[in-house]
Amino acid sequence: MEYLNIIFQESYKILFLLVPVLVSVAMIVWLDRRVWAFVQKRQGPNVVGPFGLLQSLADALKYIFKEIIIPASSNKVIFILAPIITMTLALIAWAVIPFGVEQVLADINVGILYIFAVSSLGVYGIIMGGWASNSKYPFLGAIRSAAQMVSYEVSIGIIIINVLLCVGSLNLNDIVVAQKEMWFVIPLFPMFVIFFISALAETNRPPFDLPEAEAELVAGYQTEYSGMMYAMFWLGEYANILLMCALGSILFLGGWLSPIDLYPFNLIPGALWLIFKILFLFILFALVKAIVPRYRYDQLMRLGWKIFLPLSLTYVVLTASYLFYFNLLPTI
Amino acid sequence: MIAHAIFFYVFSVIAVVSAIMVTVSKNTVHSVFFLILDFISISCLFIMIGAEFLGMIMLIVYVGAVAVLFLFVVMMLNVAQQKNQWFVSKDSSRHIPIGLLISVIIFFELIIVIGGWKYKPDLFNSTKSSLENGVSNTHSLGQVLYTDYIHVFQISGMILLIAMIGAIVLTFRQREGVKKQSYLKQISRERTEGVEVLEVASNKGVKIDD
Repeated sequence: MEYLNIIFQESYKILFLLVPVLVSVAMIVWLDRRVWAFVQKRQGPNVVGPFGLLQSLADALKYIFKEIIIPASSNKVIFILAPIITMTLALIAWAVIPFGVEQVLADINVGILYIFAVSSLGVYGIIMGGWASNSKYPFLGAIRSAAQMVSYEVSIGIIIINVLLCVGSLNLNDIVVAQKEMWFVIPLFPMFVIFFISALAETNRPPFDLPEAEAELVAGYQTEYSGMMYAMFWLGEYANILLMCALGSILFLGGWLSPIDLYPFNLIPGALWLIFKILFLFILFALVKAIVPRYRYDQLMRLGWKIFLPLSLTYVVLTASYLFYFNLLPTI
Repeated sequence: MIAHAIFFYVFSVIAVVSAIMVTVSKNTVHSVFFLILDFISISCLFIMIGAEFLGMIMLIVYVGAVAVLFLFVVMMLNVAQQKNQWFVSKDSSRHIPIGLLISVIIFFELIIVIGGWKYKPDLFNSTKSSLENGVSNTHSLGQVLYTDYIHVFQISGMILLIAMIGAIVLTFRQREGVKKQSYLKQISRERTEGVEVLEVASNKGVKIDD
């Protein structure tokens, strides 16, 4: 009976986090298309509901009623598993994101490692989808995406080390609290820029959307997918983008802290500040999509391995030396 | 404690079954997927005994990087062709002695490991236990790794570096006739050297080296 109670309470909490995340994913797709359209002097989706806000719901309804086609020569189990894995991995990472001092689903000691591990697993959804389709375009897309995500994970990991040197803890709440004096975006600004660009590559966003480059690969690993399975890939992708924005705002923009610790700003709850910061980063993501042309594959690899990796490694040495010299290393 | 035991048995059953499936399954790609499942359930077991750092690092390193490269290589092989030819042909029987030797060595190693289990309490008492209360797993690991075992740690780092350089040297080859893009050359191009005016004799044409 006690176990049942705990399970009931926990699932209530999980639902309370999961439903807003899913709704905001739908809204963020609309925002993405709107920003993209405004940069190109178009209107974007503006018909369904006020300002076209319900466009994503209409799209979802369409996807649900479409037939799911499974190619005859595909590997059926893995073909069906791939979008499920993408979606699940994109959602379980939200468990450790803190929205306030106490407002976190799982306050674990190694929160940042957990997020890093889950986001590095995300590549499997794409590889499985690409391989199981048993077709040329998806396979090429999957191989590209695997190489790309593994490469950029390296630089993201080293950037996280930079932040951890200043914090002295792997707990996400500790990372936020450590920025009370000054957000890490100020001393670690070059790392913030590299993190932002690596996050674009990690989530397969333009200008690094080579796995689904429509001019060369039709839709990359999603080519053979249809109906709700396609929609799940799509939702997982956007949930991952939101997660990367949340991670960026926690690591560099002070998470749920208000920008100024003064009277009128203190009244706004921390969760709202985090949402503002996520939205700010997401609008930057959307602007980059509209403005920057797509990279070529060798340029992408060169950027990851020859520029970002040495730069972020050098910055680790600089940060560590600075902290050590001025005796600022965090005490345990 | 009942919930803990249930979780332990679920994860260990998954780990053992998927480990068996790695060797049994006929499709190589399926084997790699079972291997990944095995890694994941073992990292869950690590987390359950309180070694959360080890579990996460297992996920990041093995599942996030090593298994991806495994999958990469295996997907490139022509699985269907291999299944029909190589395993059935007489060629494969030549490798049986080496395979036997390796499996005998692994078997004895396993016996030694299981034999060492008896001395586990002594081992726990002999090492300096830094698992004090209030110090998290990651902190205590870092304190031991960078003080008492710093030389071992650095030597293993060196070995990994040498392996990396060796892999690059072995696979690196300079190919002839590959056009390379030099960013420096492109950026430093001037207008004067970009355009050239030539006197072209009629009906002759000119040859421009590209």
